[in-house]
Amino acid sequence: MSGRDVVLARVRRALADVPRGEGPHDPPVPRDYRRVHGSRTVEETVELLAENLADYRAVVHRCAPAGLPALIARLLAARGARTVVVPAGLDPRWLSAAEVAARPDRATDTARDLAAVDSVLTGCALAVAETGTLVLDAGPDQGRRRITLVPDHHICVVRVPDQVVGSVPEALPRLAPERPLTWISGPSATSDIELDRVEGVHGPRTLEVVLMAADGEG
Amino acid sequence: MSRSFLGMPAFPRAAAVSTRDPRLRANLAHATHTIRDKRARAVAELDDWAQLRAAGAAVKDRTLRHLDHYLEQLEESVAAAGGHVHWAADADEANRIVTRLVRETGEREVVKVKSMATQEIGLNEALAEAGIRAYETDLAELIVQLGDDLPSHILVPAIHRNRGEIRDIFRREMGKWGRPAPEGLSDSPTELAEAARLHLREKFLTAKVGISGANFMVAETGTLVVVESEGNGRMCLTLPETLISVVGIEKTVPTWQDLEVFLQLLPRSSTAERMNPYTTTWTGTTDGDGPRAFHLVLLDNGRTDTLADAVGRQALRCIRCSACLNVCPVYERAGGHAYGSPYPGPIGAILTPQLRGMAGPLEESLPYASSLCGACYEVCPVAIDIPEVLVHLRERVVEGGPVTRRGARVVLKPAKGHAAERAAMRAAAWAFDHPGVLRGGMRLAARTRRLHPRRLPGPGRAWSDTRALPTVPAESFRDWWRRTRGDAGGSERGGVK
Ligand code: SF4
Repeated sequence: MSGRDVVLARVRRALADVPRGEGPHDPPVPRDYRRVHGSRTVEETVELLAENLADYRAVVHRCAPAGLPALIARLLAARGARTVVVPAGLDPRWLSAAEVAARPDRATDTARDLAAVDSVLTGCALAVAETGTLVLDAGPDQGRRRITLVPDHHICVVRVPDQVVGSVPEALPRLAPERPLTWISGPSATSDIELDRVEGVHGPRTLEVVLMAADGEG
Repeated sequence: MSRSFLGMPAFPRAAAVSTRDPRLRANLAHATHTIRDKRARAVAELDDWAQLRAAGAAVKDRTLRHLDHYLEQLEESVAAAGGHVHWAADADEANRIVTRLVRETGEREVVKVKSMATQEIGLNEALAEAGIRAYETDLAELIVQLGDDLPSHILVPAIHRNRGEIRDIFRREMGKWGRPAPEGLSDSPTELAEAARLHLREKFLTAKVGISGANFMVAETGTLVVVESEGNGRMCLTLPETLISVVGIEKTVPTWQDLEVFLQLLPRSSTAERMNPYTTTWTGTTDGDGPRAFHLVLLDNGRTDTLADAVGRQALRCIRCSACLNVCPVYERAGGHAYGSPYPGPIGAILTPQLRGMAGPLEESLPYASSLCGACYEVCPVAIDIPEVLVHLRERVVEGGPVTRRGARVVLKPAKGHAAERAAMRAAAWAFDHPGVLRGGMRLAARTRRLHPRRLPGPGRAWSDTRALPTVPAESFRDWWRRTRGDAGGSERGGVK
């Protein structure tokens, strides 16, 4: 017998007490938990996102679309970044004011190549206000997972309020399971040494989030 | 190359050793109190915690009661997304499969994300025998591996080491494994973490094979989920060309929607965060992004034996948050190593004996490593009634009866008068001898939960017979703890969030 047959046969024997008529969907799952915690206006939801991002040590900035290139230029200059990796589908205007070498994400780049890059600039798939989370789904303005992992400085632009959801239950239906997802809540951290929190172990040690208001706002 | 949990002494002997180590006790007390207080605050932020907990338990129960159905569905979804599914009935089979898969890549080194399943099967040792070096990349696991040591806590495996010891281990050992520790390394956590970053970066940038576990597997979509803090998980899941995930069959959940429950329960209950820093989900392989080959090894290794016990199977709901460890007065005194497996604390006391078919003195003594105070049940985010299972397993040890071992029914002989009873006696005596633990035990009589054990079987019965069980007013464990222990430790420290 294959390992598969052995395991499945053991499972079936182990479940001899489950009534024959009971189907896989039968035992009911009570879903009376909340879809979202508390009621908030759209503005309050964005505000909560900003608060929670900052609480987990992301640096939060705000701007209108017209101000984005200047803001990004300023953030990269302040960091002293000379090279920035960008996903193929990123709006080129975002980097138009920055004096850095933009380096498009290329499949031939090795992890070591990426380790030599100073910063990465991306959009996101959505952001979750209650938990202060950014979700990346490898879309055209986000690129392969490795580009937001290896460089030490990540700037992520969130279009508010369109890309902001209130809660985890509101986030999942908007995400495609077949895409590789990265949920990011603040820079990486460890508390493994006497429970002292240390920010930034392996991922980017600095996470900057730009909340970009739709035209006519912000 | 590294130590394993096999052949550990029975609980009371190991516990007695740890109890004499004042540093271990101080580290443990500090850690458990700190996490416990923070967790309470993170949980209190959600006014529907009770509903989420009930949903989490129900999703897991539904899955377990139809596990054959969901495993077949999972297999199909993973294969449809380009992954390869392997089945391992026991540790040896899993180790053989992984060793073969690594060999097929031609590589001699692998990077690993913290995974309890691979500790359980002794994968690193099996790979070492085959000439393959496995590098642990979780900071705490790195400390444990470099120190040739064993993990002692689910979440903070090096909880028994303080910063000075960690610095010494890094200075002494890092050079033997790769990039040495920087000159003049101090014992500040920031410098130690930086040393680990530099040491491990070399490994990540060159690794061709990654090995992981998973927190969840979604049957309907074939998606695997890894929840982590440091980013070493992302490195191992994203950079290598081949990814091998070894996952217990009980980690299955039916639907994508079910994640909305667990991604709320787990971070808050585990690290006391609204959300952990990084969560990665992947479904098979994606062209040009991440590993080109993905292998999923579905591990039984005693899980189906546990499933066969209608009372004990609830242990398989566990999402490894470690909340039960941090509230357990016995764990706090005994330390993690005394439990003789990668699963310490209350969950270990019910899981290890079942996974190993109740065979051996350690397994028979573990159900006694508890005062039945019920704190573990109160904090468990999937409502595992650990005291109920403990009492049930004690009954098995004392009175004998059927258990399942490697898929076969065997009948345990009653323990009366043989070694198992003596081991159990000593475990119970140990738990009851310790004042804080005893106070917890006394709460048994006043528990208002639905389970009231009719009696304490075996040594516990002797104990309860000779003492009038006090009738004290019902109060929550937290209230009791505060009243009897004060609000010691942690709350002034704003660090772990
Ligand atoms: S038994 Fe419950 S509390 Fe303990 S680790 Fe598992 S899920 Fe967490």
